[in-house]
Formats: sequence, C-alpha cells, structure tokens
Amino acid sequence: MSAAASAEPGARQGGPLRRFAAWLHSRPRVRLGLLLAAPLGWLVIAYLGSLAILLLSAFWARDTFTGNVEPFHWSLRAFQQLFSQEVYRTVALRTIGIAALVTITDALLAFPIAYYMARIASPRKRGVLVVAVLMPLWAAYLVKVYAWRTILQGHGLLEFVTSPFGIESTGLTNIANAWLVLSYLWLPYMILPVYAGLERIPGSYLEASSDLGAKAGTTFRRVVLPLVFPSLVAGSIFTFSLSLGDYITPDLVADAKFIGNVIYDNSSLGDPPLAAAYSMLPIAVMTIYLLVARRLGAFSSL
Amino acid sequence: MTESRLARAALRVASSVVLIFLYLPLVVLAISAFNDSRVQSWPPVAFSLRWFGEAASNSALIEAVLNSLIAGGGATLIALVLGTLAAIAVHRYRFFGRETISFLLVLPIALPGVVTGIALARTFKTLDISLGLMTIIVGHATFCVVIVFNNVIARLRRLPASPEEASADLGADMWTTFRRVTAPRLGTALLSGALLAFALSFDEVIVTNFTAGPGTQTIPLWILSAIQRPRELPVVNVVAFVLTLVSIIPVWLAQRISGAETAGARL
Repeated sequence: MSAAASAEPGARQGGPLRRFAAWLHSRPRVRLGLLLAAPLGWLVIAYLGSLAILLLSAFWARDTFTGNVEPFHWSLRAFQQLFSQEVYRTVALRTIGIAALVTITDALLAFPIAYYMARIASPRKRGVLVVAVLMPLWAAYLVKVYAWRTILQGHGLLEFVTSPFGIESTGLTNIANAWLVLSYLWLPYMILPVYAGLERIPGSYLEASSDLGAKAGTTFRRVVLPLVFPSLVAGSIFTFSLSLGDYITPDLVADAKFIGNVIYDNSSLGDPPLAAAYSMLPIAVMTIYLLVARRLGAFSSL
Repeated sequence: MTESRLARAALRVASSVVLIFLYLPLVVLAISAFNDSRVQSWPPVAFSLRWFGEAASNSALIEAVLNSLIAGGGATLIALVLGTLAAIAVHRYRFFGRETISFLLVLPIALPGVVTGIALARTFKTLDISLGLMTIIVGHATFCVVIVFNNVIARLRRLPASPEEASADLGADMWTTFRRVTAPRLGTALLSGALLAFALSFDEVIVTNFTAGPGTQTIPLWILSAIQRPRELPVVNVVAFVLTLVSIIPVWLAQRISGAETAGARL
C-alpha cells in the first residue's frame, strides 16, 4: 500500500492490464470487492439461495388431485402433517437418540487412544498413529459402510464368529447395526480433536496436581477432563451432525428409517414440501447444537 | 510422567483395540476382493483375481469412473479459484462481515449433507435445470471451497507479508506480484488443498445422490446401485478395495507435501 507512487513507472511501460493493475493499487476497497465477488457470489447465490428456496418450498401447496407441487402457492399443509402424524416424531426421536448414542460411544472410544497418542507414545510413534487414524477417515464413506455390510450380513464374518456360541445373526435389520457402523464411521473425527486438546495440556499441570497429593483419578477428573472438555464438544459436533444427516448407512446396514430417509424418499417423487419442511428439523437441531457448543468454547478447539 | 505403569499398559491395550476396530472392515474388504466365490460368505473359499478382470471390463463402471474424474476435476478447479480468492481477502483485509465469510464457507459442511442435497435438488428443479454432471460439479464445488480456503489461509498466516511489500516497492504491479511472489509461496498449500478437495469429491455420495439425476453415475453411485444386485457384489468388493487404496494416496501425498496443517482439513 505504501508503494502507490513507485508503481507508476511500471504502469506507464505496460498495456491496459498493467494500467488497470496500477489503478487498482491505490483502491484497496475495489480490490477487496474483486477478490470477494466470485466466492461470495457463489456461496450466496448457489448455497444460501438454495437454502432459501428449500425454506420457501416447505410452504408450497400440492395439487390435491395430481399430487404435483405448485410453486409459490402457499400452504401450511406439510407442517400440519408433520405435527399430526406420530411416525415423524418416532423417526425424529430415533435419529436424534442414535446420534446422541454414537457421540457418547465415540467419546468413550476416542479418549484412551487420544490420551495414549498425546502423553505416552514417543514423538515418532505419535506421528505414525496420527496417520493411522487419518487413513480410515479418508477411505471412501460408502466403502466403509459396504465393508460393514459384508461383515454383518447373514453368512458374514460376524455370524462366522458368533455361531459356534449359538448366537444367531440378526442380519441387516438390527437398529444396533446403525449405532455400531455410525460410531465406526465418525470415530476418527472425535479422536483427532481430543488428541489435539490433550496435547495442549502442559505436563507440569499434571505433575503439580500429583505433587499436591491428588491421586490419578482425581487429577483426571479435576484437571484433565475440564481442560479437554471443549475438544470433546468440538469432536461431538462432527459425530452428532454427521449421524443426524445420514440416510445411507441406516438404510444399508439396519433397514431403518432416519430423518434423512424421509427427506430423501420424499425429495422428488413423494411429497417434496413435506421433505423440505422435515429438513428444517436437522437445521434447527444443529443450530442449537452449534450455539451451545460455542458457549462451551468448542470453536477455539477446532 | 504421572501415569502409573498399570494405567499405561491399560491405555496401550485400549488403543490397540481401537486401531483394530478402525482397520478390521478395511482388511475384511481387502480379503473379500480376492475371494473366488460369487456368493458372499465368510470365510472365503479360494484365492482368485478374476473379479478384477470383470471390473475392468464393466462398461457402466468405466463410465462411472470417468464421471467421477470429471466431477472431481471440475469441482476442484472451481474450489481452487474461489477458495484462494476468499482466503486472500479474509487474510489481507479487515472489513465488515469478515467473520461471516468464514462462517458462510463452513456452512455447507457444517449442515447435514442431506440438507445441502435437498436444497440444491429443489433449486435445480425449481429453475428447471436438468440434473447431470454439471449439477454434480456445482454441489461438490460448494463444499470443496472450504477445504482449499483452510489450506491457503493456514499457509498465509505462517508467511510474512514482507516479500509482497518488497515486490510492490520494486515497482511490480499487483498481478505480477501475485504471479511471481504470492503464487509460488502458496504452491504446496494449493496442491494439497486440491488433492484433498478432489479426494472429498471423489467419494461423496450423500449430496451427489440428490444432484446426479437418473442418467449419471459416479463411482459411489455405481456402488450404491450395484449393492442391490447380488450378482454384482464380487465386482463391488474389487471396486471398494481399489477405491480404498486410491482414496488414501492423495491424503498421504497432501500430508507429505504440506505437513500437519492439512491433517484435519476434512474436519
């Protein structure tokens, strides 16, 4: 910015592009506008615009005879249907319940390995472990779901292991499968923030605690847990949000309907206004979740 | 060290169990890919490579691979341009609504995928845009921008601004400064951002399922439909196995190229 004057000679030598660049040089607001025009334009038009149309379409009427959507003809019918029919409440409670269960499971599974990585493993081993946790995270989502399908289905690995003990396989119709597979899918998303949170705790805090006579359990409860809590909440945003919006896993491994299945099934051929209205539920739940998470300090731990 | 010997041993065992849990399905999949049997069951009956041959000659599958490459390439290109522009703007300038931009960028991956999916599908339908590769690219680009943005802004924060100022003082205009000074210094951040964005696009299915339309299949969509046909399952095993190898390579590369800052890019 200090060089507006010294850029002049360069501008005089060049063509229109250079003159334009020199002109811009003294106008930071215009430069900012040009930088932001494309990304903001994309996100506001393509994304926020789509969300706005989704919101509007929840209030669109349907022709009672043909079932066709009538854009910009307003009606509260979709919302009335959602509130009056028991099944939508059941599906919502099932989805939120499983998402919460998955989050708790992942927190419990993530803690020991994150703690081991952050405080016990040597720096070399730590690097290997971080990559070891990252690789399953990046393996294709559908591949992981499919792999669990082959394990859980009749005559799969699970049945092979349990049948000698007389335990019969429930195949791909057990709701517990959804809990298991979703916990598996999002576990690395919990391990990494918790590991980062634990790594930030100075070792001297733990030494001070034990010097002052605290037992290991007390140190864990009064020192480690409060310091790592924001990271746990940060990880839970992923485990909860990703479980809440999934519709492929519950269908493929548990034959169960989640909020996402009702939305997907109705999105084009079924009842699009109903799907749009129902999708307000995960948006509302996530908004509340994110607001609470921000209060708990989770955003600085991401 | 304050952890007792017993606690350390317990943590080591628990960590091993979690690692086994993380890798078990991938190992099972790898073994299944070499199973000779058409019927899916455990244990595998005999070693065979024949399903790899069948996969390579499956024309629907090859078309899906091409579609995935085009969609990934297109989305990555858009994300590179938009993500870099946004990162430079947010890093260099102080302006009203700066925080909102970061928030807006994260929104497409913070909201559940099913919401993004139905919102885009509804909009395309309302505007009478027919679904196909173009609409897939639009959907993917929307959530890939934040990945490039995160990579580039992390790099910009670590770089001092002095070389840019020196370049300007020496008489270079903005475009020359970007081309000769900023871009080379961002190089590896752009490359790893592109790799990660491509990897994310390549295996996306939740949103793609809404924006693809009936005529266009990407690899994940091909898998999704093939899962319903028991005869195709041996080929699905092979595709899933190869895809796991392929999706891990870009991450490994990105990690090598620009280190830990990309580690949590998907987070």
